[in-house]
Amino acid sequence: MDETTLFPPIEPSNFDLIVVGTGLPESIIAAAASAAGKTVLHLDPNPFYGTHSASLPLDDFISFLRSHSESPSLQVQTSDDDDVSIPLATRPLYSNLEINLHSSEPLENSNKFTLDLGAPCAFLCADAMIDLILKTGINQYMEFKSVDSSFVSGGAGKLESVPDSRSAIFKTRSLLGPEKYQLMNFFKHVQGILENGSEEDMEIPFVDFLTKRGLSQKLKSIILYTIAWADYDQGKLEFCKDVITTRSGINRLALYHSSIGRFSNANGAIIYPIYGQGELSQAFCRRAAVKGCIYVLRMPVISVLMDKDGRTYQGVRLASEVTNSNHKSPSNAEGKVARGICIAKNSVKPEAANCLVFFPPRSLYPEQITSVRVLQLSSNVGVCPSKTFVTYLSAVCDDSVEGKKLLNAAINALFHIAVSSSSENNEIDNLREHAEEKPCLLWSALYIQDLTKFHGAFNSIKFTPMPDEHLHYDDILDATEKLFKELFPNEDFFATTSTSDEQHLDGNTELDP
Amino acid sequence: MHGIPRKAPTQEERDDSSLRAAKLRDLQSQLLHFHHYKIYTKEAIEISAKLLESNPEHYTGWNYRKLAVQHLLDRHQENEVDSEPPQSVLDGELILVENALKTNFKAYGAWHHRKWVLSKGHSSSDRELRLLGKFQKLDSRNFHAWNYRRFITELKKIPDENELQYTTDMIYDNFSNYSAWHNRSMLLSKLLEKRAKGYEKTENVLSEEFEFVRNALFTDPDDQSGWFYYLWLLGQTLKREPLFISSSPPHGSNLSISIDNPDCQPPFSKIYHQSKERTFPLILYFSEAVEGVNSSTVTVDFDYDGGDGLIWHPLSANKLGFSQAWLTYIKYPHDSLESCHVKVTIAQFPGIISSSGMPCSQPCFISFTASVRSNNQEHSEVQTTHKISWNVENFKAHSTHPEDANLLASLCKLDITKENRPTTPMLCMETISNEIACSRELLSSSNCKIGKLTLARLLVAHNTLITYGCMDSGTEAQYEEILALYHDLMKMDPAHVGYYEDEYSLVLMKQLTSNTESLLKLCGNYQELSSPSISSYTSVQLKGLSLSRVSCVEHLLWVQMLDLSHNKLRSIEGLEALQLLSCLKLSNNRLSSFTALEPLKMLKSLQVLDVSYNEIGSHSIDTRRYMCSSPLNSRLGSEWQLKRFTDEDADLKHFWDAYLLFKDLNLVQLDIVGNAVADERLKAFLVKLMSALKWFDGESCH
Repeated sequence: MDETTLFPPIEPSNFDLIVVGTGLPESIIAAAASAAGKTVLHLDPNPFYGTHSASLPLDDFISFLRSHSESPSLQVQTSDDDDVSIPLATRPLYSNLEINLHSSEPLENSNKFTLDLGAPCAFLCADAMIDLILKTGINQYMEFKSVDSSFVSGGAGKLESVPDSRSAIFKTRSLLGPEKYQLMNFFKHVQGILENGSEEDMEIPFVDFLTKRGLSQKLKSIILYTIAWADYDQGKLEFCKDVITTRSGINRLALYHSSIGRFSNANGAIIYPIYGQGELSQAFCRRAAVKGCIYVLRMPVISVLMDKDGRTYQGVRLASEVTNSNHKSPSNAEGKVARGICIAKNSVKPEAANCLVFFPPRSLYPEQITSVRVLQLSSNVGVCPSKTFVTYLSAVCDDSVEGKKLLNAAINALFHIAVSSSSENNEIDNLREHAEEKPCLLWSALYIQDLTKFHGAFNSIKFTPMPDEHLHYDDILDATEKLFKELFPNEDFFATTSTSDEQHLDGNTELDP
Repeated sequence: MHGIPRKAPTQEERDDSSLRAAKLRDLQSQLLHFHHYKIYTKEAIEISAKLLESNPEHYTGWNYRKLAVQHLLDRHQENEVDSEPPQSVLDGELILVENALKTNFKAYGAWHHRKWVLSKGHSSSDRELRLLGKFQKLDSRNFHAWNYRRFITELKKIPDENELQYTTDMIYDNFSNYSAWHNRSMLLSKLLEKRAKGYEKTENVLSEEFEFVRNALFTDPDDQSGWFYYLWLLGQTLKREPLFISSSPPHGSNLSISIDNPDCQPPFSKIYHQSKERTFPLILYFSEAVEGVNSSTVTVDFDYDGGDGLIWHPLSANKLGFSQAWLTYIKYPHDSLESCHVKVTIAQFPGIISSSGMPCSQPCFISFTASVRSNNQEHSEVQTTHKISWNVENFKAHSTHPEDANLLASLCKLDITKENRPTTPMLCMETISNEIACSRELLSSSNCKIGKLTLARLLVAHNTLITYGCMDSGTEAQYEEILALYHDLMKMDPAHVGYYEDEYSLVLMKQLTSNTESLLKLCGNYQELSSPSISSYTSVQLKGLSLSRVSCVEHLLWVQMLDLSHNKLRSIEGLEALQLLSCLKLSNNRLSSFTALEPLKMLKSLQVLDVSYNEIGSHSIDTRRYMCSSPLNSRLGSEWQLKRFTDEDADLKHFWDAYLLFKDLNLVQLDIVGNAVADERLKAFLVKLMSALKWFDGESCH
């Protein structure tokens, strides 16, 4: 087949910036550059927006994961007249994909699902991403729903509501009176530090600060893992790869608390976009397109063009033709994140529709050193058919064995797994005990994602960050802004004046239309 | 709304508001014109709507509106042409109120108007509840909306259980909502009274409520709304039958009466002195203020013809006529009488009811004997001419003179017939004990003052249950911890030190009088050694105890001589029940006015009074003046009006407060030195006023 008919040529052929991939960081860069008046070409080899930040129907979700778990096919190097063309090879981001089918029902309704690839992710109402959404006015392309409640796995595997606010502390049945006092008093103390500053050392580990305030083990765990969202066991500092300092712990608490009540129609601190996280990158793409960015989907980049001495980047060779400019992919894997997705007919907590569940370190099994975070979504955010629940899980891990162990333990705690008749009888009996209260698992997928961090670059070729292990986008957003500054040191990252015509948005505006 | 500071208006806003005021004035004068001439045309009604929408506080506007609506409805009734159907008239009113409330959702007139429209039988409960939902979302503590909510739920017969759930939801949303807690208490009272399904067992419901509110207290002990509800619950838990607790003369006593000569009358006195009329006082004392003590609820049987239809007076009654102490005078025969038997039966018939609505249902009786002997006049003369020195050596404590002990011991025998008393439910005791434990737990981590106060109140409640409730268990009432708590509170919260001192005094007096043994330590006999002819007084010493008020007088009804010097008394309310009191020492206290001594007017036997070294006259503003009788007080002002002044009465005008107090006292000895008010002029005035006075500031008056 003639290549040019499959990939029509792009006019013009010169751009200030070529962005490959429509993942969230790429889309933000494209929108920011377009807003700064740069000419931008935004390419994606896939037929959909979002790349690794996309939300996809069930079938596409599976096939995307599969295609990105396989070893790359090497592409042939082609030589050019002036420039050296360097072929690109994609490194698989995912590995150890494992799909369990307990019912064919989800697959029959594949198109009724919209599943996030980088899940679980959600927004705190006061976080930097929401600020950016409001600043750029892309909230007009999106709608949000509250994640009404958070739960933490208590001692006996019971899910207890997270006492994250004054009214939640009042309401919860999982804390004793003095604990309620201690926790509320701690929140007030933190509020005091934020208002008046503190004499205390802000660089000591947050966990030591909590101990100094006399908080019980249970309260420390609640604060560290369900409000400050710590990844690693902060109680075992020798194994902890990410010790939260007092400063950052207090900042996370402050962010969490200023999120509660920021939008009058959001019940708690956390919201989630209707139709999935993929909406976010699409919204930034729309913002970019409004400012003149050119979009070409289904357009693979074959190679990068370098000048003869092999040092200066000249452009990219597309499947259709050569386009000159600036711009992605060598990496180092630094740790992994295990992700899981479950589909069930019932909620993990009968009273909750959209909710977060936390399994702090050591809550699943004694050797558990990282938290498992769970986000359950219902049909009211448009990601699944009615009377169905989609549950995302993630945990940081060193290797896939550990990752799968973490996720499987959490899944076993949350779901009843239909066991085939060949299983041992006593196992069935054990499961039956909880069969009535736990939802039955219909379908699940587990996969391991490499946490890739890109180092160096070929001069003007820069690399955007990949979906990370966090529930929030703070790190991705920071990295993206930094990247933009590297690309365009003299431009504002979404200058306030030039962003949108609808500048009436402020903190008091309801985010939901 | 709450927590939002007001900003000073800018020039623009000021101009704007003066412009609006001009417009309003115009509308207002038009409305008053329509109102005056009863004009209810369409235009007129529209103008009233305009006015009310921009100023919902215009009460006349709302009244005009009601007349206009009535007019339109009447027209329709009379089938007049082009009259509006009632439905649309009333709909218009509802819309007007909604618009007015949008301007100011705290306008009384608007809410009242809506109630009035609804009383015309209109609007659906759904619509009203939706409206309320909107207003309560805007400000969940808007008491107008809560008030209206109660009206609607009553009108539309919405089950109390649903409303209770609504308060739960509101409290879950934000428990700093006094209105929601208050409504909850109203609803629970109703449900408990009705014994609605699930609310049959008051104790169980209350203990669940305690647990519910405790969550709020622990979460934020400094938030007061929960504590208010907590105190309401505590009150409900302690809501018990009022009990008859003591009397004077005491049960089983022998009363010996000597007949005095009733010939001398003080010059200014107009009140008829019954004490001179062959009567003796009978006092009944109840555990809390009650009403309905009269000849049909209390029967008094004599061996002789004592006369029927005794009249009972409340002593120190509150505004509603409830009182703890009730007094009547029993006549005795002219002749000497040996051992006349008197039996008093209390609450044999229903009718005695406490201020919380609980009836005194357990009948009980007391009996005593009275013997009358004619006294020689000489003796009574002698008694009143000798000065009472208050010397310590004249006071014989009961412990040193065992011969007097028997008498005192019998007087101090506090127990009346306890057999018939309703016992405290065990569950009630358990609830209080549990709450005490929880309070201690909270205080172990938080040093909050209202928590301390509540613990103190809980411990007092616990003591009350023990002392009144005849518990089988050996639990003893504890006082030291309560006293220590109030002591802490005085230091922590100096702004309310007066209240804490009063509470401290109540507990201390309770401790001192709680049992015969401790009470006997304070008792003794007083006999003026210099003049042994004077008969001795049964005396109680409560000196230097930092008391700021008097309480527990139920154990002291027989006292004839009381020393309350060197305390912090600001008030002597309660002393009026001590009808046998002859000598009272109040020196070195903080009494700040003559009006503070008002209760003394009820003490017909009082002859010796020492109020030296107080603060009478030191404070230019007498804060008690409006509570006591004075020309400024409507209650007794008329009495004052009766008095015609002559020019010589300049002193009387000047010392009107002293006059109002002392004209009714029949004192023989008065000490007033050491008060700012005390001077020669006052002395002369008082000596003139009280003809019986023999000793003034330690010196003979004559």
